[in-house]
Amino acid sequence: MSVIIPKKSADEFFEKIKELSGQDIKLCMQCGTCSASCPMSEHMKCTPRKAIHLAQLGMDEMLHEQNTCWVCASCHTCSVRCPRGIDLARVMEAVRQLTLRKNENFIEPSKMTAEEIKNCPQIALVAGFRKLTS
Amino acid sequence: MKIKYYPGCTLKYKAKNLEDSAVASLEALGCEVEEIERWNCCGAVYSLAEDDLIHKVAPVRDLIRVKEQGGDKVVTICSMCYNTLARANLMMKEDEEKRDTINRFMDEEIDYAGEVEVLHLLTFLRDEIGWDKVKEKVKKPLTDLKVAPYYGCTLQRPEEVGIEPLGSFELMSGFLEAIGAIPVDFPGAAMCCGSYQVLGNAEAVQDAAGKIISTAQTAGAEALAASCPLCEYNLGKEQDVQIFYFTQLLAAALGLDAEVSRFELNTGNAGELLKRKNFL
Repeated sequence: MSVIIPKKSADEFFEKIKELSGQDIKLCMQCGTCSASCPMSEHMKCTPRKAIHLAQLGMDEMLHEQNTCWVCASCHTCSVRCPRGIDLARVMEAVRQLTLRKNENFIEPSKMTAEEIKNCPQIALVAGFRKLTS
Repeated sequence: MKIKYYPGCTLKYKAKNLEDSAVASLEALGCEVEEIERWNCCGAVYSLAEDDLIHKVAPVRDLIRVKEQGGDKVVTICSMCYNTLARANLMMKEDEEKRDTINRFMDEEIDYAGEVEVLHLLTFLRDEIGWDKVKEKVKKPLTDLKVAPYYGCTLQRPEEVGIEPLGSFELMSGFLEAIGAIPVDFPGAAMCCGSYQVLGNAEAVQDAAGKIISTAQTAGAEALAASCPLCEYNLGKEQDVQIFYFTQLLAAALGLDAEVSRFELNTGNAGELLKRKNFL
């Protein structure tokens, strides 16, 4: 990753995240417990710790280019282990919502095959559409 | 004993094996199971955004149904339903502002303030029926069957709705012992199977599920007991350890007809393993 220069307008982004998640990301001390605990982190371009760092620096555009929040399964492992008490699952939800509320989907239900829909348990469809579509 | 029961969508279709085995087992244990009337989908996941109250209306409405039908407790089996209902309940109990907004929004419904207790079936079995009574009713103990008790995410996290404290798996282990099986302690018990990401990142789910199964296998488990249809779906694709709903194991131990467990709906040959061991 290239050199990151913190934005002057970072405060506005913190406030948005705080409003949506109720969490203060400035508390993060970058220990990496979240990344080490995350069952999905191997499939993330940017681990949860790094994603929080981008958020701390107000690098919202760069954060939105990452897939972290779209790979997160909201399992709350990071949330219960964070030594600073940050509910990271809520922060991920906030980052997802910032995209979903612009009517942008991560998955397109119309592109799912009939077989996929038939095989999936209902909770997979309901939960998946709730988290990954607007 | 009469109990109010919330099934949820998946138990009426893909996980009919979970519902049928649970209801038949409860009846065999002397409970009269009353499905709550006019229930709706709980939403499967609890909304995490602070300002998103609309998605909490669904689980709260279900809790209102229980209250208006005279119940003070509701038993649910699916882990995701349990988590969503329990968290919505906690919010209605503790957050005055949100409670007010939701009650005002649902002005045709009675007011609700978290009066109903949401119980997972495992908690109900331990606290309201008791392992001793379960043991008494067991006709075909699953002797020597090594089963990994699998909780996944939603039975233990977040802590405030967990069916037992983080890192402790005594509840399901106690259940497995009561039906004569051997609970196998394994490090994947509270690991996430990847959940709804089966729609968005199937490969990541495959990896997460594979890790859980391989830890169960390394620990010597022949079977894994789950309570979530999405876990069953994700983990079932890994064929090395057979996945059961804990209720199917209960039904078998109670000596109920194998038909109530509808093993054909499980991934893999679930019934085969139990037959081979002479438990069916």
